[in-house]
Amino acid sequence: MSYATRRDVLKTGVLFACCGVSHARLAMAQPGHSGPLPVKQIADGVFAFAGTPAMMTDQNDGEICNVGFIIGDEAVAVIDSGGSVVEGKALIAAIRTQTDRPIRYLINTHMHPDHLFGNAAFESTGAIIVGHHNLPRALESRGSYYLQSYHDAMGSDLMADIRIVPPAKIITGEEELDLGNRKLSLKAWKPAHTDNDLSVFDQHTKTFFTGDLCFIGHLPTMDGSLLGWIALLATLSGIKAEVAVPGHGPVSSPWPQALEAESQYFDVLARDIRKAIADGVPMSDAVKSAGESERPNWKLFDEYNQRNATAAFAELEWE
Amino acid sequence: MFATIELRNPLVAIVLFAFFGSALPFPVWAQNAGPPESTTWNSLKGDVFEQKSIEAANGIVTIDAPKRAEDAAIVPVDLHFKTDATSGRIKAVTLIVDENPSPVAAVFKFGPDAGVTHLATRLRVNAYSYVRAIAETEDGKLHMTETYVKASGGCSAPAMKNTDEALANLGKMKLRVFPAKTTGLASMTRATEMQLMIRHPNNSGLQMDQVTRYYIPAHFIQGLTVSQGDRLIMSMEGGISISEDPNFRFEFDAKPGEDIKVEAADTEGKKFRDEWPLESSGLQESKPRI
Ligand SMILES: [Zn+2]
Ligand SMILES: [Zn+2]
Repeated sequence: MSYATRRDVLKTGVLFACCGVSHARLAMAQPGHSGPLPVKQIADGVFAFAGTPAMMTDQNDGEICNVGFIIGDEAVAVIDSGGSVVEGKALIAAIRTQTDRPIRYLINTHMHPDHLFGNAAFESTGAIIVGHHNLPRALESRGSYYLQSYHDAMGSDLMADIRIVPPAKIITGEEELDLGNRKLSLKAWKPAHTDNDLSVFDQHTKTFFTGDLCFIGHLPTMDGSLLGWIALLATLSGIKAEVAVPGHGPVSSPWPQALEAESQYFDVLARDIRKAIADGVPMSDAVKSAGESERPNWKLFDEYNQRNATAAFAELEWE
Repeated sequence: MFATIELRNPLVAIVLFAFFGSALPFPVWAQNAGPPESTTWNSLKGDVFEQKSIEAANGIVTIDAPKRAEDAAIVPVDLHFKTDATSGRIKAVTLIVDENPSPVAAVFKFGPDAGVTHLATRLRVNAYSYVRAIAETEDGKLHMTETYVKASGGCSAPAMKNTDEALANLGKMKLRVFPAKTTGLASMTRATEMQLMIRHPNNSGLQMDQVTRYYIPAHFIQGLTVSQGDRLIMSMEGGISISEDPNFRFEFDAKPGEDIKVEAADTEGKKFRDEWPLESSGLQESKPRI
């Protein structure tokens, strides 16, 4: 090889983590909430907030996904911290309107920023952050990128406090968390929406927090395995839940009907992509039309469908 | 409202971590909206091509990539080559993503009678960036073309989606042969389009080992050779800006009846090889002979 050493460096260079750049937080007015997050009681001791189906911006404080909490006799578990520290703090304020029991666990359902950019808000609560065994790895390889890439949409004020805080407690397979006469079943799934999806089932009320394994209204996003997700739907629909809190969509939603819309979208997308692959259509062309018939059924279709098609194409080519 | 991202936080310090023990400053992200000045490229050029002058491609090489990187981990890029008697054939093409931590995505070299007219692959694009192709023709001249790719919105990241799957099938290859779009030039050769896929995480080494707290070294395909019989079709020197499960679709002058051979090597010294008979031009997947 005839090129200089620096060139090798350029090729093999590794992007150093630049997460946790802490700016002195401006004492000026922060965007967004002045009060607690408007949560709704959906079952005995179970509360949830429905995010808006939109991209994360400084206008919505990143409040686009569903978050919730469950109150036991001794302690509280929170499911996802939201898309900003502002949202995380508003969620804590909402918890404090219902109970003064300690927040024992903050469960992160997966790696996406809308679900865990609020983690830093929980540091002062002493909550143990709980995540899928693949979550630390996923955050190591994406965390600094997430902090950079959301900067413009969210703005400096909102981003200033946001840090990537990885889980301290890791879930492999299935595990129970006890909140005092109230047990939650946590389950770490195989790659589907991401390779670090974790769901939470409240045994007392049979409320199922699916994380982003279930999308309603907001187009599902592919960041794991389409085939894995399709295969998981049968298992998920067999879960005997009374109601579900999807990652995005109405709080609460009937179960397992909550899975129907995304199931249809996956089938259409997989069918279109498989046909393109069989016909020898290159990826760059195939992704322009795949899944198009599903457009009327979803919000944020333009934002995410081509990306989903791209990921699906790369995966299904190996079938 | 759809909010596009623009990476312009000057406070974000990016450095290159060199395995050779030195650290180099990484150029600042693009400061302006729209295709900006090629500031990064101007500082990069000398490192890659030294003082050689680089001309505009004028159609000798053309590049197509989506204006918006829908999936930052998988951005399809298409190169077409068109040479004439004056310039001579294209000997090599260098593919560069200016703003990536490792800008040189790959260097492809073509065999003397390979007749490669089209090459498509997939790249990771970390930020708003120019993606450029520099072709070297037989007369020694360099010809450059570029396109500007905007990072996608939302939670798309240039990282692996399914790490365990990629590792579990490490080195598995698949070759597909497509019906030729163009007719052969001579009776003994004909243009054939092929797609080569290799299972490999091609990762950047960003992950930290949770036990040791050391970064896991980068692990990627660094060398690849595609030949037919004893004839070189193309070789590639690659880096981590090539997407996971590296994928190459290319058109070349095939000789009927001779086997296609692929050899690849990764940064851990693992070697992968496979061989396929070149079947008639039906659209079917070639199966390894053994
Ligand atoms: Zn989400
Ligand atoms: Zn998600």
